[in-house]
Amino acid sequence: MSEPLTLATDVLVIGGGLAGAWAAVAAARAGADVVLVDKGHCGTSGVTATAGPGHWWVPPERREAAVADRLQRSLGLGDPNWMGRILDLTWTSLPGLRDHYAFSTDDRGEVQHRALRGPEYMRAMRAYAVATGARILDHHPALQLLRHGDGSIAGASGLALRGERPWTIRAGAVVLATGGTAFASRLLGSATNTGDGLLMGVEAGADLSGMEFTNYYTPSLAGTNMARSMAYSFARWFDADDRELDIPNGPDVTPHLARALLNGPLFCRLDRVPADIQAVMPEVQPNFVLPFQRLGIETYGERFEVTLHAEGTVRGIGGLRVTDQTCQTQVPGLFAAGDAASRELVTGAISGGGAVNSSWALSSGQWAGAAAARRARSTGARETDLAVATGQAGLKPRREARTFDAAGAVQAVREELNAYDKNIFRRGDVLAASLERLDRIWRELADHGRAEGRAGLRLREAAALVAAGRWSKAAALARRESRGMHRREDAPNLDPRLASRQRAQGLDRIFTRFEPALAPKAWRAEVA
Amino acid sequence: MIEVVIEERCSGCGDCVEACPSDVLRVGEGGKAMIAAQADCQTCLLCELYCPTDALFVWPEVDRIAGITADQALASGQLGAFRRDHGWGEHAATHANQHWRMGAIFERARLQAIDLAAAKTARTEEGSST
Repeated sequence: MSEPLTLATDVLVIGGGLAGAWAAVAAARAGADVVLVDKGHCGTSGVTATAGPGHWWVPPERREAAVADRLQRSLGLGDPNWMGRILDLTWTSLPGLRDHYAFSTDDRGEVQHRALRGPEYMRAMRAYAVATGARILDHHPALQLLRHGDGSIAGASGLALRGERPWTIRAGAVVLATGGTAFASRLLGSATNTGDGLLMGVEAGADLSGMEFTNYYTPSLAGTNMARSMAYSFARWFDADDRELDIPNGPDVTPHLARALLNGPLFCRLDRVPADIQAVMPEVQPNFVLPFQRLGIETYGERFEVTLHAEGTVRGIGGLRVTDQTCQTQVPGLFAAGDAASRELVTGAISGGGAVNSSWALSSGQWAGAAAARRARSTGARETDLAVATGQAGLKPRREARTFDAAGAVQAVREELNAYDKNIFRRGDVLAASLERLDRIWRELADHGRAEGRAGLRLREAAALVAAGRWSKAAALARRESRGMHRREDAPNLDPRLASRQRAQGLDRIFTRFEPALAPKAWRAEVA
Repeated sequence: MIEVVIEERCSGCGDCVEACPSDVLRVGEGGKAMIAAQADCQTCLLCELYCPTDALFVWPEVDRIAGITADQALASGQLGAFRRDHGWGEHAATHANQHWRMGAIFERARLQAIDLAAAKTARTEEGSST
């Protein structure tokens, strides 16, 4: 292993996807020295880079109605103030990307800001971050956070993959923008999103919210990860005997597809995609057509087999809980942005899909980045103060170090978190059994897990996946009702007493707690 | 999964090595890109997009190594197709980014679903009245 890299900066951003890049831009524009570390490459990492997000892009005169509609669908967990804030910031921010992203004009010559294609968007965000003065360290995964004796955040340490060189970066403030986690499903673009930020955040003293909302799924051509789902909104669905299934397309299609898949293979025909859309598809979503072309499947003619990929907390909702309007967590100086943070404030109990989630990433990233810059510029990096490493599982075994099967742990997470019968159609006893299995794996890992270099990174990723899986199961178990995407077969109705957000925290023992339910009137008072 | 690097096309620039989010590639001793950790590949296709000489070939299956050879990749006619459809590099003038149409396409799907539901209701009512 080579000589450690040691740096001090005002703001450290961990994660270079959509939220992290916006955070770096905002922090640098606020005058801070910014270092952004990414596990992969800022520009290709994360789920935006392989997708193509719309945004929640609503002209000012239609915003009140958009918020009212979204608030109603949030089933008591959303907050109209936060919804309005992300609408406003999305509208004013995207045009600012024009030096780096070639916005299209529509057939009438009007510039289109709403939807940006993923690879081009993230390439632009990298250029934007660099242009504002942020320093980017690619292939530098973070492994744990550092904290001062007073509990405030002090920086992070990790591993540069090239040369397996350890790094320590001291910072006055840290933004966790590590993304959501799809629990090691094959969801396009999610492979490095292993929930690292959730684990690091909780170890440092932050808590979580909304972790029960982790069961959004997306159809893909079987055997591939190609979760670009637009064309499937025109799909016809068939069983193994080629009988057409009565499944209407729309926002509630997933449970129908999952039930069909529990009965056997599921097939699809895309012959209802209109011809003009077929013709333009390669230039709308180039990656959607690619697997069909390479596998020799006639996209809009032939019947083909499909699977559903779990999206975990990506198009699910849960993550670190932000405690103020700047997206600070419970830990002073530690901010959360994008899918690493809970999106309940803007989505409630239903998925934010691509649009609301992207607006959240753009907005929370900028709020976190700007506030981190303000804080860091007042405190400085304090790099000579004593700092304590907060990570444990996979880093510092509590008992004797032993070989731990990290791949086996990841496979267990995949099985418990993503299986349709365990996660889409939930039951108390099944959730409890999953939790017990994951608890056992956690104990073994925390007691004995230890590895160096890349293997150490894999072990830490396994720890994060297991931890996130446990928080999800515990929260789903405690919410004994059905609300939004969280569907309990043993409690199929809304329980008005549970119309509130649920927090989760704890490592060896997990605690969950519902916030006091707020009557709609009271919450308006709180906002005012 | 990434299957093969076409050595005679690779210039050794290392752009794919930098771009790979899963750190799968290396520049080998011969100065050409090589696949160093194939099992870590997540099939995101972005190495193909970042390769200016279309020297990389990704196969869409995620769970197995298909064993595609350089000759098969060359014969597929697919080398560089992804970069072309994206309109990157020399394709900018011929392949526009039409991603902005996404909203209108989703709206067409929504309207189609409404039409289909209405047609189904009409059929059911017709059936029950006869």
